[in-house]
Amino acid sequence: MSQAYAVAPLFGENRSEFVDSVPHCRTLGIECLRVGPCTATLKIPYRPELVGDPERGVVFGGVITTLLDQAGGAATLCSLSELVTIATIDLRIDYLRDAEPGHDLFGRAECYKRTRSVGFVRGKAWDRDPDDPFAHCIATFMLGSTPVEHPLARIVAEQAS
Amino acid sequence: MSLADRIPYAKLIGLEVERRADGIVCRLPFQPGIVGNARLPAVHGGVIGSFLEMTALLGLLDEAGGGRIPRPINFSTNFLRSAGPVETLGRAEIVKRGRRIANVRVVAWQDDPGKPVAAGVGNFLLQQGDGRESRPER
Repeated sequence: MSQAYAVAPLFGENRSEFVDSVPHCRTLGIECLRVGPCTATLKIPYRPELVGDPERGVVFGGVITTLLDQAGGAATLCSLSELVTIATIDLRIDYLRDAEPGHDLFGRAECYKRTRSVGFVRGKAWDRDPDDPFAHCIATFMLGSTPVEHPLARIVAEQAS
Repeated sequence: MSLADRIPYAKLIGLEVERRADGIVCRLPFQPGIVGNARLPAVHGGVIGSFLEMTALLGLLDEAGGGRIPRPINFSTNFLRSAGPVETLGRAEIVKRGRRIANVRVVAWQDDPGKPVAAGVGNFLLQQGDGRESRPER
């Protein structure tokens, strides 16, 4: 299927542009491993400060929310034919099991449907094996949430030329 | 040790707990490290979601007078308004505490309680005192 994706010049591995301009991602050390058409894969390196229950040593659930919200937003951006700002409408995380204590965590999201106004996303988070996720997510994103230019627009233009 | 001291991530995002006559209110002071959209600026949606989930957990712990930290089964966040660079407050309502599961609603606001920035609801597995519930099945 040929379709012009607005951020196609940025598709590939280790595209830090998707997290560089987001202060909280820098706080958590979130890395953008890979982006492609309608998908994004991110990573959070394990740190003890991220733990929720010290008895179990498991990263706090809200950290997974952040990982999958950021991945979902990136996946939605990667589905657009015209680059606009986006904002999360809602997000639900199902916790299938504890994340492995001490392990780096990964999140992958896919924008599986996009209308003119809404991006529909599903995602998952894993530690050792992407086929053994510890969390699932569904989310929706509002498109064109503010009339200003998206921060990535300039970078995309530079990469394309 | 205060409620929030038990949870390292609460310390990272700077969460505080205030006791009021009718229960606890959680407070999230603004700091640059919690920003998502730097242009507005707005608090990151994941931090808001974390704050809501934390408020729900602390509400359950407060009502139980302590005990083991409940385990989330799922948590759903609705983002209602952009959360600006000011303090965010949150309050939980325990809709139902059963023997094994609790359902908790949470709302977060900034300057005006009548204009919430986010609302959430979660289901939590209540751990038994002897820790028998702890090990997950794989």
